Amino acid sequence: MNTWRARLLPPALAIVFSAVLCSAVLLISGANPIATLLEMVAQVGRGTTTVDIINTAGAYYLVAIAAAIGFQMNLLNIGIEGQYRLAACVAAIVAGAVSLPFGLHAALVVVVGAVTGALWCGIAAVLKVYRGVSEVISTIMLNTLSIGLIAFLVRVFGEMRGNSQGTQIIPDSGLVPGIPLGGAGTVFGLVLLAVLVGVGYALLIDRTRYGFELRASGLSPTAARAGGVNSKRMVLSAMLISGAIVGLAGLPEILGRDHTFTINFPTGYGFAGLAIALLGRNHPLGVAFGALLWSFLDKSSLTLDNIGVPKEIVTILQGTIVLSVVVAYELVRRRELAAEQRRVGKALETAEPVAASGGERA
Amino acid sequence: MTAVVVDEIPSARRGGKTMPGWARVLLWVVVGFAALAITSYQTGVPQLTGSGTVQAAVRLGIPILLAALGGLWAERAGVINIGLEGMMIMGTWGGAWAGYQWGPLAGLIAAAVFGGLGGLLHAIATVSFGVNHIVSGVAINLLGAGTAKYLSTLIFEPISQNPRQSPPVPKFDTYSMQPLAGWLQQLEDVQRVGISDVAGILGGLVSGVSPLTMLAYLLVPVSYLVLWRSPFGLRLRSCGENPIAAESLGVNVYRYKYLAVIISGALAGIGGAALILNPGQAGYLEGQTNNRGYIGLAAMIFGNWRPGGLLGGAALFGYSDGLQLRNGETSVHALFYGATLLLVVVAALQIWRRNWLAAGISLVAAAAMYSVYWFTDQLPEELTAYTPHLVTLVVLGVAAQQLRPPEANGLQYRRGME
Repeated sequence: MNTWRARLLPPALAIVFSAVLCSAVLLISGANPIATLLEMVAQVGRGTTTVDIINTAGAYYLVAIAAAIGFQMNLLNIGIEGQYRLAACVAAIVAGAVSLPFGLHAALVVVVGAVTGALWCGIAAVLKVYRGVSEVISTIMLNTLSIGLIAFLVRVFGEMRGNSQGTQIIPDSGLVPGIPLGGAGTVFGLVLLAVLVGVGYALLIDRTRYGFELRASGLSPTAARAGGVNSKRMVLSAMLISGAIVGLAGLPEILGRDHTFTINFPTGYGFAGLAIALLGRNHPLGVAFGALLWSFLDKSSLTLDNIGVPKEIVTILQGTIVLSVVVAYELVRRRELAAEQRRVGKALETAEPVAASGGERA
Repeated sequence: MTAVVVDEIPSARRGGKTMPGWARVLLWVVVGFAALAITSYQTGVPQLTGSGTVQAAVRLGIPILLAALGGLWAERAGVINIGLEGMMIMGTWGGAWAGYQWGPLAGLIAAAVFGGLGGLLHAIATVSFGVNHIVSGVAINLLGAGTAKYLSTLIFEPISQNPRQSPPVPKFDTYSMQPLAGWLQQLEDVQRVGISDVAGILGGLVSGVSPLTMLAYLLVPVSYLVLWRSPFGLRLRSCGENPIAAESLGVNVYRYKYLAVIISGALAGIGGAALILNPGQAGYLEGQTNNRGYIGLAAMIFGNWRPGGLLGGAALFGYSDGLQLRNGETSVHALFYGATLLLVVVAALQIWRRNWLAAGISLVAAAAMYSVYWFTDQLPEELTAYTPHLVTLVVLGVAAQQLRPPEANGLQYRRGME
């Protein structure tokens, strides 16, 4: 009945809730919340900020879709952080070492990135399926291990340039040209990859048998098993697909701008991906919105320093928004459930409320 | 009537022959120690059983132990607490802030309070609002890191000129059990196989102990007594096993869950304080917890959601962390020799039990370990720094199958639910 209300109320609640909390934090630290918000919005128009937001959002979208695939069946791929950095590192090493015709070269690099991400995630998948190790713990350990592995790989296969160590510069044939927008900057060509993955994800979840089984396993593992879904196969394949998509996330920056992988490659995409998938409720468009919002908040941290607001406030803002969103959805779900119980009760004209035992989604 | 408490996992897997759990653990400890002693002698790496290594292991293991205890309290009440890391970060900040101003004891209390606040937030989200426990935990990790960063820029930067670091914090004094520690040191210096190794390990345990370390040791039996030997603990664990049955017996499940998660946060906070109030690190430093909250959670899972078990897990991770700090390239390399010995023992055991496949796998693994040891001289330092994490993965992969988590762990509970 109230589907529109059910759909729009939670995000609205979450925004109000986090706005109140963040204003409180800002007031405590002696800043003006309204001026801060105006400054954050105003910075979007300046210089290359818009394009920067889109470029970062592309990478965020990829990691968030990967997280969403896991969420669909209650798998938590916390290892995104390690997977995208390791995949980017290995892909950059391969890209710098081979020489192939234009186009083919970049395609190879994309495949290498996806395979590396899938393999690194596959360790956690195998441990979960065959040894019963919680993927949460194993992927966190793999994250930390990947830091060491990357440092090792960059030292062995890389070279010193200036005072930073990086992999070999990728030859021109391996690069992916961007979409130049004049003074506003250049959108990475591989951001289109994010769009492709988004379309693929939407089709996979809504239009294929595999997507149905994925969601069924998440909503009710017992029902899925009774329906003939092989849960081991589902866990393995979902984690491998998730890892493969994560493996793409670092490539737009490497093939579009940096042309090398250095130790200073950005960190923190992993947890951002999980948070964005939650914000977007695993929906392809919702996740896109979440990725843009997250990227916008990130970029605004640069400008906040200029008006005397500590930029760390952005991290608090992001954490608050995530908590607000999940709480808001749960509250609205309970209200809807209670309303439905009343409605059914009224329809049956009985005094006793009908017990509802809805499956847990969040 | 209420079959909510299962104290022992049935260990009747070995066809009739059963050995009590404590005896089996003791046996493995002895075997592990023997492997270490032989390795240390054969490879000429005395650090393996040196008192310095053990002291480092204790220093690094205590935060993990406290985080694991925090995980134990929350998960026994049925709330998965992956936010331990965030609560630990809050604890390091709170400990450094209060410790800098009013001394280490105030730092300890502040750390517990800050961690407890994180726990309270987790309880509000998971218990009252029914948010997915892992989601809430991840959000708390983000929030904890962000808040600590923010507060440290606001408060520490004017004093230390560095937004990522606090000024040096006064430490707890450390004590050595004299004259025992001195005798053990003499014995260790003799370098005799076996005796010196025992002396090294014991010496490391009894010298340079701070009150915080003693508190952490003490909290293990205290947690056991409270959770397993008191009516309060029985009710708390019943909330983690079957909250609906607990409710039907008049237990206020919400209150117990709230209490458990707040205590869990406070313990994690103290774990964070242990990083800065024990000698070793100067003060708060951004990122200094370095996933120890998660490792604590892994130690608790490794320990089968039991206090004694998680003590073993924390010791293992603390030891591998302490070892890599002391000349890690060679000492972790020597560990491969020890792993080979252990795997051979395991293989012999499996052959005795006529479990041919497992024996074969163990032998192949042993051969692989030995070839790594034989064909390399030392390990790259980039990798040895992450020994504890690798050990966590391998140990979980080997051990995870016979575990029994609390029945209703991580499930949503609402009052009056059917």
